Amino acid sequence: MRKIIRCLVPCLVLLFLYVPILILAVYSFTESTQIGDIKAFTLKNYVTLFTREDLRSMIVGTVLLALGSAVLATLLGTLGAIGSFYSKKRISSAMATVNQIPVINADVVTGFSLCILLVVVFGIGKDTYIPLVLGHVTLCAPFVYLSVIPKLKQMDSSLYEAALDLGARPRTALLRVVIPQILSGMISGFSLAITLSLDDYFIATYTKPATFNTISTYVVNATRGSQTEVKTALWALSTVIFVLVILIVLVMNLNAGAAENRNRKEAKA
Amino acid sequence: MKFSRKTLGIPYAVFLLLFVVAPLVVLFYYAFTNGTGEFSLKNLTDFFSDPNTLGTLFYSLLLAMTTTLVCLLIAYPVAYILATSKMKSKPVIIMIFVMPMWINFSLRITALKEILTLIEGNLAFYPFLNSVIGMTYDFLPFMILPIYNTIVKLDGSLTEAARDLGANERRAFMRVTLPLSMPGIISGISMVFLPAMTNYVVLDMLNNSTFIMGSLIGSYFSAHNWHNGSMIALVLLGIICVFTLLTDRGDEKDARTGGALL
Repeated sequence: MRKIIRCLVPCLVLLFLYVPILILAVYSFTESTQIGDIKAFTLKNYVTLFTREDLRSMIVGTVLLALGSAVLATLLGTLGAIGSFYSKKRISSAMATVNQIPVINADVVTGFSLCILLVVVFGIGKDTYIPLVLGHVTLCAPFVYLSVIPKLKQMDSSLYEAALDLGARPRTALLRVVIPQILSGMISGFSLAITLSLDDYFIATYTKPATFNTISTYVVNATRGSQTEVKTALWALSTVIFVLVILIVLVMNLNAGAAENRNRKEAKA
Repeated sequence: MKFSRKTLGIPYAVFLLLFVVAPLVVLFYYAFTNGTGEFSLKNLTDFFSDPNTLGTLFYSLLLAMTTTLVCLLIAYPVAYILATSKMKSKPVIIMIFVMPMWINFSLRITALKEILTLIEGNLAFYPFLNSVIGMTYDFLPFMILPIYNTIVKLDGSLTEAARDLGANERRAFMRVTLPLSMPGIISGISMVFLPAMTNYVVLDMLNNSTFIMGSLIGSYFSAHNWHNGSMIALVLLGIICVFTLLTDRGDEKDARTGGALL
C-alpha cells in the first residue's frame, strides 16, 4: 500500500505536467484544428512553422535576442562580480543589494519602470531595439552576478598573488588565473540568462518594437486571435522545443555521467 | 590609468544605477505627480478609494494564496517521496520534474488550454479554478525543486534518532523532517506567490477576464496612463518588499538561480 502511494503520487504529478504537452505533440502531426477529433496524419504544421515568414522571423528574433542579451549580461555580470568581490565591504554589499532588486522584483514592474525611464523620460524609440535589449540584460545580468560570486569565493586567492609574483601583469593574471577558475560560474550564468530571456514575456511586451515579436508575445497574441493555421503551427513549435529540451537534458546528463566516470577512474588509478 | 581589479566593476555598477535604480526613482516620481508634473497624492488616493483596484488587490491576493497552497500541497509529498527514495537515479528523476520549466511558458499554457477546453467545453465557466490550475501548472516545478533540495540534504540520522528515542513515524516527521524542511518550503512559497500575483498572461490566455495586480499595470500601460500605472507598480513593489522581508532567511537567496539546476 505504502509503496503504491510512493509511486502513484509522483506519477500523477508527472502526468499532469506532461500530458498536455504530449497530447499537443500528437495532434501537431494531424490535420485537426481542435484537440479531441482525430484526423489524418500530416506534416503541414511543421512545413508552415518553418516556411511562414512571420513565424520564422519571430523564432530567429527570439533566439538572437536571447543570445545577444546573454552575452552582454555575462560580460557585465562577470566584470561586476569580480569588481565587487575585490572592492571594499561597503561597496560590494551595496552592489549585492541593488543586484538583488531585479531578481526579486516582479517582471511587470521591471518592464514597466524601464519603459517609463527609457521611452517616456529619455524618449528612446522602441523601434531602436535599445529598450528591449537593455531590458533583457537587466533581467539576466543579476543572475550571472549571482552565479559568479560563489566561484570567486571558492577560489584560492593566493594563486592570483603567485601569478603576480612570478611576473605576470595583472591583466594576464586575471585572464589566465582568475577567469579559468570562475568559468563554470560564467557558463551557468550564461545558460541561465538564455533561459530567462527565452521565457520572458513581460519585459518584452513593455519594451519591444511594435513589429517585433518574441515567441512568448507572439503566442499570447495568437491565442487571442482565431487563425487556426497559426494555432496549429504553434503546436508544432511546442513539440520542436520539447524535443530540443529533452535532447539538451540528455546531452548534459551524459556529459555529467562521463565526467563522473572519468573522475572515478582517476581516483582508482 | 593603473589596472585594478576593482575598476572592472564600474561598468556594472553604472549599469545597475542607470537601469535598476533610476527606473525605480522615476517610478516614484510618476506615482506622486500628476500630468502637469506637480506633486500630488491623487494617484495614491485613487488607488485606495477605487473599489475596482481594491477588489483587484484582494482578488490577486486570494488567487496567489490559493495557487501557493495548492502548489505546496502537491509539491511537498512529491519532493519528500523523491528525496527519501532509495533510487540511484534521483537526479535524473528530479530533472524530469523540472524539465517543463525550460519549455516556453506560453506554449505550455496553450497546451493546457486545449486540454481544459476539451474537458470543460467553455473556459469562461470556471475562471478562478482555471487560473489556479494554469498557475499551478506553470509554477509547480519552482515549488518542487527547493523543497527537494532541502530534504535531500537533511541528515537522515536525525529521523532515525527520533525513531530510536521512541517517536512513531508520524511524530518523527512532524517534529523533525517538517521543521527542518521549512527553508525549502519558504523559498518555494516566495517563488510561487509573487509570480502568481503578477503573471496576468496566464489569466489572459485561459480566458479569465478578471484582473489581478499585474493586469492593472498592463491596462494603464495600454492607456498610456503612466501616473496611475506607476502607483500600481509601486504598491506591488511594496507588497514584494514586505513579502521578501518576511520570507528572507538570507541563506536561500539564490533559490531562483538554483532553480535552473545548471
